[in-house]
Amino acid sequence: MAASTQPARVVVIGGGLAGLASAMKLAELGSKVDLISLTPVKRSHSVCAQGGINSCNDQTRQLGDDEWKHLDDTVYGGDFLNHQPPVKEMAFWAPKVIELMDRLGVPFNRTGEGFIDRRRFGGTLYKRTAFAGATTGQQLLYALDEQVRRQEAAGAIEKYEFWDFLGVIQDETGRCRGAVAQNMNTMEIRSFPADAVVVATGGCGLIYGRSTMSVFCTGSAASRCFQVGAKYANAEFIQVHPTAIPGADKLRLMSESARGEGGRVWVPRTPQDPRSPRDIPEADRYYFLEERYPEYGNLVPRDIATREIFDICVNEGLSVEDDRMCVYLDLTHIERSELDRKLGGILEIYEKFQGVDPRDEPMKIFPAVHYSMGGLWADYVKSADGGLEPGAPRNHMTSIEGLYAIGECDYHYHGANRLGANSLLSCIFTGLFTGTSIVNYAASQKSGAADVPQSLLDAAVKAQQDRHDHLLNGNKDSDENPYLIHQELGDIMTRAATVVRKNDQLREAIEKVDELHERAMRVNLADTGTWTNQNVIFAKALQDMFPLAKALLRGALQRDECRGAHFKPEFIKPPLTSDDPVERRRQAEAWCDAFEANNEKYLKSTVATWNSATNQPELTYEPVDTSLIPPRPRLYGLVGAEAIEEVWNERAAAKAGQSESTQPAGSH
Amino acid sequence: MIALEPSVKNRPEFINVRVRRQDGPGEKPYWELHKVKYEREMNVISVLQRIAAQATTVDGKKVTPVAWDCGCLEEVCGACTMVINGRVRQSCSALVDRLFEENSDEIVLEPMTKFPVLRDLMVDRSRLFEALERVEGWVPVDSYYNLGPGERIPREDQERNYPLSQCMSCGCCLEACPQYTKIELTREEGESDEAFEARKKAAYDEGFIGPHAISQAMLFNNHPTGKALAAERLEALIGPGGISACGNAQNCVAVCPKEIPLTTSIARAGRATTLHAIKKWFDR
Repeated sequence: MAASTQPARVVVIGGGLAGLASAMKLAELGSKVDLISLTPVKRSHSVCAQGGINSCNDQTRQLGDDEWKHLDDTVYGGDFLNHQPPVKEMAFWAPKVIELMDRLGVPFNRTGEGFIDRRRFGGTLYKRTAFAGATTGQQLLYALDEQVRRQEAAGAIEKYEFWDFLGVIQDETGRCRGAVAQNMNTMEIRSFPADAVVVATGGCGLIYGRSTMSVFCTGSAASRCFQVGAKYANAEFIQVHPTAIPGADKLRLMSESARGEGGRVWVPRTPQDPRSPRDIPEADRYYFLEERYPEYGNLVPRDIATREIFDICVNEGLSVEDDRMCVYLDLTHIERSELDRKLGGILEIYEKFQGVDPRDEPMKIFPAVHYSMGGLWADYVKSADGGLEPGAPRNHMTSIEGLYAIGECDYHYHGANRLGANSLLSCIFTGLFTGTSIVNYAASQKSGAADVPQSLLDAAVKAQQDRHDHLLNGNKDSDENPYLIHQELGDIMTRAATVVRKNDQLREAIEKVDELHERAMRVNLADTGTWTNQNVIFAKALQDMFPLAKALLRGALQRDECRGAHFKPEFIKPPLTSDDPVERRRQAEAWCDAFEANNEKYLKSTVATWNSATNQPELTYEPVDTSLIPPRPRLYGLVGAEAIEEVWNERAAAKAGQSESTQPAGSH
Repeated sequence: MIALEPSVKNRPEFINVRVRRQDGPGEKPYWELHKVKYEREMNVISVLQRIAAQATTVDGKKVTPVAWDCGCLEEVCGACTMVINGRVRQSCSALVDRLFEENSDEIVLEPMTKFPVLRDLMVDRSRLFEALERVEGWVPVDSYYNLGPGERIPREDQERNYPLSQCMSCGCCLEACPQYTKIELTREEGESDEAFEARKKAAYDEGFIGPHAISQAMLFNNHPTGKALAAERLEALIGPGGISACGNAQNCVAVCPKEIPLTTSIARAGRATTLHAIKKWFDR
């Protein structure tokens, strides 16, 4: 029977914002959804998002904002590596997404008159960010969790919680026909035939050992798709959040909203000033972000704030403590009641984990790995107006037919650096937007979920069962311990591929990771049992971290430039040095020439394909769609920015003049 | 950087950790003693991570890693609840230095007692989520299409609802509640997955619904669209295992890690169900 005559059967992997939005929307469109998650969906990592969700709104519009400016801020902040059609679509959906979440009961903070309150976030001059205290991700996730529970009660969604996605099922044409997953208690492995499979499994921060991510953010699900042929893009773009609380088990996020609400970052001008921070007078404090970036101040984009904090501690030796690196994030000048109302959740986290009340004492923070801008490569269909074509089956389809990627594990939206409060938006947006695309794809297929041959399902289950059994019993003579290998991997990755990247260190890391990968394939497990065996589940996730780690390192090595979060001091574009107007102009011209030449070479998505014969990624490069907003230099705080901007604007105007006669005005 | 009292600055080199283990549902529990090296800024999660890595008891016996549940490690996901030194709490925010102030000899870890043990410190909390379905804890919107903004909401309402909406389904309130008793069924021979699930659901639906779900009912009954289901929710609270099962011990509010005003919600639910019953009587 043709699939189009029956409801689509879709497997959604992951129950964070993207997965839940997808499941809920698919259910509304009449699909039957199997929702597979490692954890009860209400505990997904989206709960950790604190600050808020962006959209232009009635207030900002009256100050000159619009969706195009949201798009512009997003791609400028992302150093133009974002694909602009999807970002445009997202920016235009943003106000609608927030209205929907409002209707679903998210307790957004309110103004005195009862409107949704907004705050300012990094990389923009507008107050676009709606928020629910300082636990916005949690509140958005709960609203979607509730709707999914409602759809579950109505029979449209079936949840499989504590199930580990092991791999996709592909037929002889390579098309995805379902998924294989394992019950984490009974250890049963079974197949889930489907018309389409959606991967919404978030980021891969655990590759770095400690990060701001939850324990299940191993990237293993994306890696399991990557290893069977799905392409993986921009792996090297990892956001390091400027402000986190260091800890032994994890680096806890301290939201950008702390700065959005007026928090100031500083260090004592005297290295390791022994005085208590409150006793240090203004004159002896170095508000380095405000001094270096007068326009954006403490709200520069994250990659820049991170590098500055790193620089202050590592290169200038101004860390607050001598045996560990940290700077002050100060809220003590803000009214307590205001802090409680707008930031309560995060201040409690600091208080609980550090034993100090941040309302009385400045917090001590340091950058930490936070978000994967890269992810599974996925397609899209551009519409006539420069956005995405609604309902086109190829929207967000990976390079495996029938397999979709959405949320943090896709790669389009955040370019080389994500702006704060855009991730919650991209997750919910992609979940909602792709619903019709998936349903249309399913309807167009002659052979659907019910027609998958049993032999195909059995073979896929057997392959996973073999892997499982081998892990339990295959390495009896080895003394490799998965937990210790994970620590080693984390140390290597943190040293070589976070804030500052150097080619010799990356080469060395690649070698070490290769060796570690081989050792990880030989782990000998302390637990060989057949019930709630967390040891074996972790071992699989660990092994699957390596393909992504390798793609990340290789991508970083081959990208000899600075772009957003990817920073190689060796390839930094120097500031202008001359004060003489003519020479300065010449330098600015040269700067712009170098900028254009660099874009020619590197303004491209890195696309990795896994070669299972060599156990290595192979990289190719793809053009980025920058058809809506022409790339321009990102000049936050650079010396000589005005001169460069002048030259750049003249060139842009000349180009626009040339093309205007041939091209209808496509953008503002 | 835990703000240590001067008196507790000298830390032992090692930490003794006593874990109540159980290999599977219905199996006999047993105690195991582990020893891990003390590190700065440890919490119970990092202690359990070290135990998993070494997988050896204090006597040098090779054992399986202790199973436990965790997620965000910043007390917002609700996964890592367990009984630590006799008190139910989140293991991520249970800092070793603080635990030493309670008991300087050892840290004692046990699974929650009100839920069936799956293994070691892992328990099956599906009943907790089932209760959210019982009170129809959602806003019954027409659709997920773009239909414009929701209603304006006064700041006081937001400020009343937001704390209730922070419930992370961790189960602390249920562990502490004397009226919430464990329901553990075992699968009968030849019983299918579906039949076993259905039998569990039926048993859960008879048991006490719990303070967390009562509070969620009040949250949605105070939402402009959510209150369309107010009567159904109150019916659920009037039924068996509903609000009348609450013994007013007030333990729930005392142990809630998010300090949710659970007893206030219960009091409101008490009044609302009474009014609802009277109204129903008059409407007969």
